[in-house]
Amino acid sequence: MPFGRKPNEFPSHLWTQCPSCSEMLFNKQLARNLNVCTKCDHHFRLGARERIELLVDKASFHEHDAALTSGDPLGFTDSKPYPERIAAAQTKSGEKDAIITGEATIGDNPVILAVMDFEFMGGSMGTVVGEKITRAAERALAERRALVIVSASGGARMQEGTLALMQMAKILGALARLDQARLPYVSVITDPTTGGVLASYASLGDIIVAEPGALIRFSGERVTSGTVGEKLPTGFGKAEFLLERGFLDQIVPRPQLRERIGFFLTAFRAASQDLRWSL
Amino acid sequence: MLDRITGTKRTVEANGHLPVDANHITEPAQLASRVSAWEAVQAARNIQRPHTLDIVGRVFDRFHELHGDRGFRDDPAIVGGIADLDGRPVVIVGEQKGASTEENIARNFGMPHPEGYRKAMRLYRLAEKFHLPLITFIDTPGAYPGPEGEERGQAEAIAQSILLMARLQTPIVVVILGEGGSGGALALGVGDVVLAMQNAIYSVISPEGCAAILWRSPAEAERAAKAMRVSGPDLLELGVVDALIPEPAGGAHTDHAATAAAIRTALAAQLAKLERVPAADLMSARYERFRAFGALDEAGAAPPPPPPDSWWRRMMKRPSS
Repeated sequence: MPFGRKPNEFPSHLWTQCPSCSEMLFNKQLARNLNVCTKCDHHFRLGARERIELLVDKASFHEHDAALTSGDPLGFTDSKPYPERIAAAQTKSGEKDAIITGEATIGDNPVILAVMDFEFMGGSMGTVVGEKITRAAERALAERRALVIVSASGGARMQEGTLALMQMAKILGALARLDQARLPYVSVITDPTTGGVLASYASLGDIIVAEPGALIRFSGERVTSGTVGEKLPTGFGKAEFLLERGFLDQIVPRPQLRERIGFFLTAFRAASQDLRWSL
Repeated sequence: MLDRITGTKRTVEANGHLPVDANHITEPAQLASRVSAWEAVQAARNIQRPHTLDIVGRVFDRFHELHGDRGFRDDPAIVGGIADLDGRPVVIVGEQKGASTEENIARNFGMPHPEGYRKAMRLYRLAEKFHLPLITFIDTPGAYPGPEGEERGQAEAIAQSILLMARLQTPIVVVILGEGGSGGALALGVGDVVLAMQNAIYSVISPEGCAAILWRSPAEAERAAKAMRVSGPDLLELGVVDALIPEPAGGAHTDHAATAAAIRTALAAQLAKLERVPAADLMSARYERFRAFGALDEAGAAPPPPPPDSWWRRMMKRPSS
């Protein structure tokens, strides 16, 4: 590899090598370009705070439920006790858990926004993620706003066992109510989204869009090779593959996301007199 | 530590929605001995254990299977149809493992493909349309994780199944017969009452899968099973299941008839109760049941208000007919 450097998905030094085209990118320039390679349009992963900034109308975001943190319901320990893992992730990321929720406007449409952060324990969905999304959906229902969820997750958080699994049913119960009330839900899938997150809310939007090249797959490679003994071909389960198979509406490049989501939400609101969505 | 799990742990008294005459186990203390998590995993996977069709054939007076998802094919890992319990028609959907290697290959070891879940959804809608109670039997290592499943939308099929069960306007009783493997199990697992066999397991990922990720070695599955608390008494304590159905002394595999009899007693009692609940109450109680799962700390914020009187409490106040 040129310069002997490994491709880095979370650029932290001055230069980052693009894992797709091997171009060396100046970090400041990369950040200005929304973490998209200036040469080949490879989409690097993006933190939740940066994602919110690029997605909502300027200064319109107000965070909800920021204090929510996870307990240790199972007393789970692998090589480290679970509370220590959480504390380490909190120190590293400065966030309380793998999701940030709040209200905002997107193209003047009132929304409740939930954005996952893959950097926090692989974006895994435990009871905090479940509770915050459920509250977000309930708030969207009460205030008649649209719901937008940006997913980036390895799946359910094993350290919370079946309680993490139950979050899928909890969230979808709330999404069912949102659907019955005819409120729009837009699912934005980013790299990577797998497991229980893909097998619940990420796959169910009125509109489902993904970023180019995002890995979107039900089972992780290690689980598949462990339980089935079958090796998946490379490139399998990328956003482009899902679009072709009919599971995505569109692939939208990062710089166009805000405008595109705004367009759909405005269209859904066209027949309504109110600023919000009416019945 | 466990009282921090808001709302999931119910007392014996609050389990009033479980009929006392159904021989349910609602407290781990009611069990003579508590098996280890790994023993439970092995018991749940025992190939001689009664599988869905063994149970259906013994519990119900008549059963006619309905095949196919109307779109792609008939998935042999999920069976379903219409059956009679004491003259009361019900819709059955269950995951089906085999009792031999040949049968297991034919049944894909109980690992459904997306079309299996789409068949299940077709039957859920059928139950709702004709106001028939739905009974589901969970017994799967998980949804099939291979490339064909990915290609046909395994995740989408599971998500849609969970969503549909959450909003299905008919009573749903879930029985975890053996292995409850992750999302592939939850696709049949959103019910008004969730029961599990005494030696059944339910987990967010297979112990082998968890070990492969956290310990980087499937050989650590035993430790993973213990850490994830997958056994019946664990699930009872976490509130994930409402009650356990007792198995014969040596385990369900030693006596299929006695196991089926215990399931029949439990189902008959549950259906008699659920049938009298108005649909709107059923829907809100089902929402509350799953809404309550959490293990949260919220510094400086007031805890959410307790839900209004549960439907089974209201039921208890009514004179029973």
